[in-house]
Amino acid sequence: MLDAQDRQLLEHIQLGLPICPQPYAEIGRLCDMAETEVIERLGRLKQQGLIKRLGVIVKHRQLGYRANAMTVWNVPDHLVKQLGGHISRFAFVTLCYQRPRQPEWPYNLYCMIHGKDRATVLQQLEQLVDACGLSSFDKEILFSTRCFKQRGAIYTAKVLTHE
Amino acid sequence: MNELDKLIINTLQDGFPICDAPYRQVAEQLGLSEQELLNRLKALLDNGTLTRFGPLYNAEQMGGALTLAAVKAPKERYDEITDIINAFPEVAHNYARNHELNMWFVLATETPGQIQQTISAIEQQTGLTVYNMPKNKEYFVNLKLEA
Repeated sequence: MLDAQDRQLLEHIQLGLPICPQPYAEIGRLCDMAETEVIERLGRLKQQGLIKRLGVIVKHRQLGYRANAMTVWNVPDHLVKQLGGHISRFAFVTLCYQRPRQPEWPYNLYCMIHGKDRATVLQQLEQLVDACGLSSFDKEILFSTRCFKQRGAIYTAKVLTHE
Repeated sequence: MNELDKLIINTLQDGFPICDAPYRQVAEQLGLSEQELLNRLKALLDNGTLTRFGPLYNAEQMGGALTLAAVKAPKERYDEITDIINAFPEVAHNYARNHELNMWFVLATETPGQIQQTISAIEQQTGLTVYNMPKNKEYFVNLKLEA
């Protein structure tokens, strides 16, 4: 469970870590906490998984990843777990989710591949379809054509106090 | 972006140490001076190559919620719809995609109940139906992209 000091730390670092030789001491100075305590708390929050990752968050388009394909399949419900597991084993797959079907949108298995060009992504997709036995299921491939907005989720003190 | 920048980005996508001199530790691993690493990192943030250097939180563990949503925006109203949707602070990403469902966005809210509220507000302001596709199950997330 988060206590007041954890929440203070999480709110404080969410926009970024200080870029200076002793960043945790700097955070401690701003939060009125000893450096050792900041290190201990952040280490625990990381271990608990509340901090999923600490490090650089990239803009994938800036790194040249402009071919971003979201492929959706309509697979029988009893196969979705097995197929999701199989798809996830391919190194070029960036995300794989099961999502609910919608009216006029019968797809339940989603896979994202971020690549540098469409031809490569389509080849990888073909490889995936063959290897996972997906060829008989209806699918659609949606490439992104423009990115209008990309930021991380921002949390306020309100969510950090939400139990 | 040069080879050194790529090396820094790839290394720091794997994680950042939580210890008293973390930059020095990473710099030693890369064969750089601590000051060189600090300077390059600042430059990558300033020129927009990096969005952020810091934490990524688990939204659900924070008590918040996420969903993937989409609309069919008529071509002649596309820019107007983009502006309306992007103005919501709950919209974390928004992408145009080549399909009848041509605008796909992620909503991130502070509580699960706010997802539906935000969707209703978007429907009201745009006059469009919002398709809501929250995840049922996550099989795989790889956040690392080789620079």
